Amino acid sequence: MKDKDILDEISSIKNIMERSTRFISLSGLSGVMAGIYALVGAGLAYNNLKPFYEITHNPKTGFVYGESSTLSNIKGLFYGSTNTGYLEAIAIQLLLIAIIVLILSIGTGILLTIRKAHRKSQSVWNQSSRAFLKKGLLPLLTGGCFILILLVHQYYGIIAPACLIFYGLALVAASQYTYGDVKWLGLSEIGLGLLAMLFPLYGLLFWAFGFGVLHILYGTIMYFKYDRENSAH
Amino acid sequence: MKIALTNFDKAFENRIRLQIMSVLVANESYDFNSLKELLAVTDGNLASHLKALEKEEYISVIKSFLGRKPNTRYQASAKGIAAFKKHLEALENLIKQQKG
Repeated sequence: MKDKDILDEISSIKNIMERSTRFISLSGLSGVMAGIYALVGAGLAYNNLKPFYEITHNPKTGFVYGESSTLSNIKGLFYGSTNTGYLEAIAIQLLLIAIIVLILSIGTGILLTIRKAHRKSQSVWNQSSRAFLKKGLLPLLTGGCFILILLVHQYYGIIAPACLIFYGLALVAASQYTYGDVKWLGLSEIGLGLLAMLFPLYGLLFWAFGFGVLHILYGTIMYFKYDRENSAH
Repeated sequence: MKIALTNFDKAFENRIRLQIMSVLVANESYDFNSLKELLAVTDGNLASHLKALEKEEYISVIKSFLGRKPNTRYQASAKGIAAFKKHLEALENLIKQQKG
């Protein structure tokens, strides 16, 4: 009996345990792509919001330095006491952008994950991927409904933090069935969401960071850690 | 495997049986088709190894129906988990011996 045989045996046990409990076809590259879509989306959203930002971030009229009357006006815009058609039109445009980003991200994610699974000749739809989706779905759907209700009530200022927090919770919940990095991504999103809640005027910025930069960052880490190493075999 | 130590479990001499046990120890339960796919073995091969483990009472079988399709799930028994741990310890000891 050689050392190598035993080590082989042990590593085969470890490998099979990991493959049986974790959804490891999840593609890191799809995270990077989702991040890019999110950044483009945030850029478009910023363009739509530009006139609005010019008021709020202007030292003369803005939130931070403004007189109390302007302050309450702007607070009204954010927390829903003012009802203007202008804001509603912007909200609909933003919603459209968000839906397109979401569809593109999910589509790319599914596509790349299927491709990775094929390359490693594993199935995509197995016990662990089902568990992964099941765990993540509840916080995600709750968050989705919550955000739609915020939209209905025109609480625009807390939509970005709500997106980040619920998405983070979904990731943390689902992470037990995939790579540990997903849990850290989830925790970062939650923290960022709470921060965004503290600074309601910078929602878009936090959103762009959470869905754009963090996705690209973690996607890249996961790509180099798992995807590349496995395709080299 | 050609290990001749008494601590090694005969039931785990076969690589596939050891792998089946690894999956069942790591998961609450696992169904036949998922196991087949994960281990990349044929129906008959997997069935015979599962039978052997069942005979040792290392695993238990749960038969149910998903709609109209029969769904057979397997679960590691307490005895099976203990045997698996012992086997791992034996492997570990062997490495230690050879290093020491």
